[in-house]
Amino acid sequence: MSASSAFNDEKGGSSSVGEPEYGHDPASGGIFSSDYKRHDDLKEMLDSNKDSLKLEAMKRIVAMIARGKNASDLFPAVVKNVACKNIEVKKLVYVYLVRYAEEQQDLALLSISTFQRGLKDPNQLIRASALRVLSSIRVTIIVPIMMLAIKEAASDMSPYVRKTAAHAIPKLYSLDPEQKDQLIEVIEKLLADKTTLVAGSVVMAFEEVCPERIDLIHKNYRKLCNLLIDVEEWGQVVIINMLTRYARTQFLNPNMNESLLEEGNDKTFYGSDDDEDEEEEEEKKSEAPMPKRKPYVMDPDHRLLLRNTKPLLQSRNAAVVMAVAQLYFHLAPKVEVGVIAKALVRLLRSHSEVQYVVLQNVASMTIKRRGMFEPYLKSFYIRSTDPTQIKVLKLEVLTNLANETNISTILREFQTYIKSMDKDFVAATIQAIGRCATNIGEVRDTCLNGLVQLLSNRDELVVAESVVVIKKLLQMQPEKHSDIIKHMAKLTDNIQVPMARASILWLIGEYCEHVPKIAPDVLRKMAKSFTNEEDIVKLQIINLAAKLYLTNSKQTKLLTQYVLNLAKYDQNYDIRDRARFIRQLIVPTEKSGALSKYAKKLFLALKPAPVLESPFKDRDHFQLGSLSHLLNAKAGGYQELPDWPEAAPDPSVRNVEVPEWTKCSSREKRKEKKVEKPFYSDSEGESGPTESADSESDSASGSEIGSGVVGSVSGTASEESEEGSESEEEEEEEEEDEKDKKMTMKKELKKPVQESESEQSSEEEEERKHERKKSKARKSDSESESDEDEDSESESSQSESEDSESEAEVKKKKKAAQSKPPSKPVKKESKKEMSLLDLDDFEPAPSPQVTPLNSFLSNSLATDLEGLSLSDAVLSPATLSPCSALKSYELLHRIRGEGLSVEYCFSRQPFSPDANMVAVQMQFTNNATSETKNLHMEEVKLQSGMRVKEFPEIELLPAGETATAVMGIDFCDSTQAANFQLCTHTRKFFVSIQPPVGELMRPVFLTENEFKKEQGQLMGMNELSEKLTLDAECRNEHAIVQRVTAAANLSRVPCGSDRECRFAGRTVTSGSLVLATVATKEEAAAQLTVNCEKMVIGTMLVKDVLLALTQ
Amino acid sequence: MIHSLFLINHSGDIFLEKHWKSVISHSVCDYFFEAKEKAVDPEDVPPVLQTPHHYLITVHRGKLFFLSVVQTEVPPLFVIEFLHRVADTFQDYFGECSESVIKDNVVTVYELLEEMLDNGFPLATESNVLKELIRPPTILRSVVNTLTGSSNVGDTLPTGQLSTIPWRRADVKYTNNEAYFDVIEEIDAILDKSGTTVFAEIQGVIEASVRLTGMPDLTLSFMNPRLLDDVSFHPCVRFKRWESERTLSFIPPDGNFTLMNYHVSSQNPVAIPVYVKQSISFFESGPCGRLDITIGPKQTMGKTVEALMVKIHMPKAVLSANLTATQGNYTYDLPNKVLVWDIGKLNPQKLPNLKGILSLQAGAPKPEDNPSLNIDLRIQQVAISGLKVSRLEMFGEKYKPFKGVKYVTKAGKFQFKCAALYEPFLLSFWTILFFYFTTF
Repeated sequence: MSASSAFNDEKGGSSSVGEPEYGHDPASGGIFSSDYKRHDDLKEMLDSNKDSLKLEAMKRIVAMIARGKNASDLFPAVVKNVACKNIEVKKLVYVYLVRYAEEQQDLALLSISTFQRGLKDPNQLIRASALRVLSSIRVTIIVPIMMLAIKEAASDMSPYVRKTAAHAIPKLYSLDPEQKDQLIEVIEKLLADKTTLVAGSVVMAFEEVCPERIDLIHKNYRKLCNLLIDVEEWGQVVIINMLTRYARTQFLNPNMNESLLEEGNDKTFYGSDDDEDEEEEEEKKSEAPMPKRKPYVMDPDHRLLLRNTKPLLQSRNAAVVMAVAQLYFHLAPKVEVGVIAKALVRLLRSHSEVQYVVLQNVASMTIKRRGMFEPYLKSFYIRSTDPTQIKVLKLEVLTNLANETNISTILREFQTYIKSMDKDFVAATIQAIGRCATNIGEVRDTCLNGLVQLLSNRDELVVAESVVVIKKLLQMQPEKHSDIIKHMAKLTDNIQVPMARASILWLIGEYCEHVPKIAPDVLRKMAKSFTNEEDIVKLQIINLAAKLYLTNSKQTKLLTQYVLNLAKYDQNYDIRDRARFIRQLIVPTEKSGALSKYAKKLFLALKPAPVLESPFKDRDHFQLGSLSHLLNAKAGGYQELPDWPEAAPDPSVRNVEVPEWTKCSSREKRKEKKVEKPFYSDSEGESGPTESADSESDSASGSEIGSGVVGSVSGTASEESEEGSESEEEEEEEEEDEKDKKMTMKKELKKPVQESESEQSSEEEEERKHERKKSKARKSDSESESDEDEDSESESSQSESEDSESEAEVKKKKKAAQSKPPSKPVKKESKKEMSLLDLDDFEPAPSPQVTPLNSFLSNSLATDLEGLSLSDAVLSPATLSPCSALKSYELLHRIRGEGLSVEYCFSRQPFSPDANMVAVQMQFTNNATSETKNLHMEEVKLQSGMRVKEFPEIELLPAGETATAVMGIDFCDSTQAANFQLCTHTRKFFVSIQPPVGELMRPVFLTENEFKKEQGQLMGMNELSEKLTLDAECRNEHAIVQRVTAAANLSRVPCGSDRECRFAGRTVTSGSLVLATVATKEEAAAQLTVNCEKMVIGTMLVKDVLLALTQ
Repeated sequence: MIHSLFLINHSGDIFLEKHWKSVISHSVCDYFFEAKEKAVDPEDVPPVLQTPHHYLITVHRGKLFFLSVVQTEVPPLFVIEFLHRVADTFQDYFGECSESVIKDNVVTVYELLEEMLDNGFPLATESNVLKELIRPPTILRSVVNTLTGSSNVGDTLPTGQLSTIPWRRADVKYTNNEAYFDVIEEIDAILDKSGTTVFAEIQGVIEASVRLTGMPDLTLSFMNPRLLDDVSFHPCVRFKRWESERTLSFIPPDGNFTLMNYHVSSQNPVAIPVYVKQSISFFESGPCGRLDITIGPKQTMGKTVEALMVKIHMPKAVLSANLTATQGNYTYDLPNKVLVWDIGKLNPQKLPNLKGILSLQAGAPKPEDNPSLNIDLRIQQVAISGLKVSRLEMFGEKYKPFKGVKYVTKAGKFQFKCAALYEPFLLSFWTILFFYFTTF
């Protein structure tokens, strides 16, 4: 039925229900009559006056559309209901219209006036949905109307309508690209919008219409960064991806100077550091000043982006997490990238599709930054229930992560995979082993041998895959492995997989000189079966024949002739060609040209060993997380990730002009907020001030050791004075700002990147005003007030105060003589006390590896809590090798132990069954080929007073396995050895454990005052002191602390003077105090003082520590 | 962004299609069917497929495939996450996400899809906002609607859409104010034949069911938040508060939601609640094998292990199993080669045992791989990591809510490997030496 006839029907139909249709139906389509009958009753229902009937009809029509059935002939009947009062009918009509308007453009025009009316409706939902449908109707005639509607909606009062306008922009653009310029204007306007609701949608429109107009972002960059956390999830993804690209064009590569040490200094000068950098700063301070290089300065805006995206790693939405991860991967300084690993590993728990995508990206990342994922190695272990595609990807990641230290663990894991029932996966595993073998020279022989043993596997696929991989491995060092080649030659009788046969033949041909006897025989057999072989094998037979002919023509001349003759008449032209070519080359005839002279060189040239590399190599030139990266091919509309610029473009473009009127309103706003407060008192009271206090501690911890944890506590302290402090704080800030300005001025001259002082400070000022204006605007916008608003408000003000304060902080440090602002010292004092408390709190934390070092790690511990510390996570010994941080001693050598080797270390962990014992962690490794059973200890011989708590018996230690056990020994505060027998089910070994004196103590925590007091009581005979010259590498505080704590299990005592390092501990058995002080003097001279009740221990400790410090 | 969506059932019928831009013929799905043919398991169909003009991104949920068509660059996870969100919404609305339910409610589904995406870009995905726009079908409402002619579609903009807390609607009222939290922990572990833990970790989730009047502001704090290593939150949780104080502070959505997911730090050893003594062996001669499995409690925190179930994926050659179980019963699913032993409650006095003969296909070679055991279990009233909620406080409202916390421990991917280690890679010093000499 044509559209026009239906249109006529409709005209009549509205007055007299459905009559004309009956007239048309039989005429128009005989076979479909039943179909039309059904549509007739639908039309009838649509024309009725009852909404319920209309609704029913529309529901049935929509169901038809959903099933993909054609309902276009109902268009006229449906379209007139567009003005229906019933909202559900109306919505379903919209659904219908959007689906069919493109097909029936003329009729669709009838509905336009309704939408135009709808655009003026007082109800924002109706305005929005009118715009939605109007822009979704793909009818070119109405483009001007759409343009007008979008422009109008872009300045609508309701943010929801503005959001809809943003959505409409790409629709119009795809309908008529001519409108681009006008649309960009609208985009520009909407980009300036300050509501979170609009932000995501307009950036999406920007990405689709004009991604190249990066200049539009400048003015909105900071706003977008600050709004980001409040934008809805989907918008976040789009914004983050766009900002990644933006940042690549505007900022400098943070990794261009490999050393990041300078960064801390300059950054504080800019006043934009944050918690992450404190670590580095801290490091810097403790280390000797390095010679100045051309410093890299991270743009504060760059830092802003990194800081504001980081919390989103905790999002429940995988796409958001991935977006942040790729942002960090592409933009962050190397040391900071590590934070994303944990979040990505978390996504591996999600749906298998999510896993698939995440693993692809992880695989790419592991090639560039292997260290990042190493601590999570075990998370990539494969389960038999994983789908094959996930298994293969995990295998890829594991292979990329393999290095000298973890290869044995990985290979052990691989062995279990070889037994899997999933043959594709087994094949992939064998290839992975091959890759490990090529990348890590140490295990090449082990892998090769393992693969050779696989050759006797029953599964032919496994054998075939092994042959192929072995071939590649052998090519690297063929001379060593002629017996493997021999072994493989034998396999030709059994293996049927063509690829494997071909590989073997190639190997024999290539290395025929190593197997001079076997090679001709293989050729003989092959010649026999030549006609039955696959093409790929035939080609290799010809190859083999040619190579043998050149090296051993006496024996093989006839065979070669025979093979070539067979090949000459083969069905495959490739083989015929090859035979002809080879005959010309190797068989000298009168006609043969110059080439035959070089035949030997041609065939037996040294071939380069194949490089087994990851398919994910260099994939990261695509933006990670993108479709193009996943497919490794450029998808339509993909925007290249630009390279970092050589020199940073002018950063001032991001400065925002603030109209005059907002300045005066900022005060007012503060007031307003205070009035509202009681209403929110509970939540506000907690969240608001806490955050601002947080920022203070952030900056403070840069200068104080171990106060990082404390922010929260001091926050509650300041809560009481909350009412008044608000404005005070502000004033204080301003005061500080003033100070900053002055100081900035002084510093300015030395600054590497030129930026006038007034510019910077006014920039900050403006930023703040802008911030306030924004939140005010938001407040009036949103209909329901919420404290989330407040949150973000205080957040932004926090970042400001943080900036300014940390700036001030550093300067204060530099000019210690300068007087401090009156309010400061009080705050700091209280904080310090708190910090001690908190550290105390940390002491019993169950992380044994950290305990001995905790004194100087304490501030990194604090940051660790915030999930920042990369180094800690990477080094976390528990995940990989249990005692890498501790010195381990040998108890039993593997040769003496007939394959069983035992090492022990003092884990410095409290031994829970008996507190007076020293925990000794023993690691048993079975290097033999058979398993060891019933590992236990017997016949403990001890000096009087000593006691031993035996480790539980290890029932079974399979070959190659490692087991650890912990035993406790009470050494009675002496360094006498504990002797005992280590028994297996077959043998007994006499062994002994002798502790260094430093392990006979455990750290205790003392304050400076306590330390002094105790030291005063341990004078005279109990005090030993010794002068020493420090080792060249040990002249800073950090190194001294490290060496002393490594030598003895002591904890550091906080100390006011930076020339002294103090340590305290108690002996394990008697609990006598052990105090040590290292006072540094000019040059490398230093004095070591040890105070201890037990003089023997004291003397020995002096000796040990001396040794540690001077070597 | 997302151009079209097709819902496909297991047998490969397209039973629903929706287009947000121009119409794309459903023949585009043929590429997907091709890939599906190739894959043995539906899980093995690649989630992203490239066709000459389009890209197909598919997720597999329940027994349905949600296939979306995109034409230009888009982060694949964006689409995948969204499709799962769509499936979640269906589940939320109709109680389950299956073909029959979607067919029954096709109009509501269509309305939902219309609201969730505009021009292929997500518009409203918060279930709370959606529920105000389109009310979920109930029997009562459908009766009322037919009588009064009122509709299921809201005519004003949901308040959540505009506020900065889109997850909660205004004017919530309850007579009983309740807030329940379920702390559910799952143990993921791989244990080798000797019972040594190869890999173990605990993943937790806090599911909340909050029905409170007004705009309550809740604070949930833990006795031992340091256990938590990695967390992800519902958007309602204030991240700053978590960073500084390790408490969860949030204005909750109305109804059921997932408050947070967490991962317990790997520093803490994971308690393995059961041990398994097992031997599965296949004889070299004769088409049979022997199976003997005993399960006993290990570290159960003094609670009983319930809903214990053992699942074994047998080698292909295993034809049938003739076993006797001292407790529970077993089934052998021949087509999928899965042996399931449903035990129920674990009685520490009398350990359950399953023993008997496996018969193999005649002539088939002896399976070289010993299958691994997947264990399923549940322990009530305990979170195996030791995580404890210390208190829940409410601000912003005057009434006293009823509060409750429940703990459950479950087995996640809990696997006992039976395979003997493959020896060749465990070369000792001597074999390497030997090898070295023989090469010269």
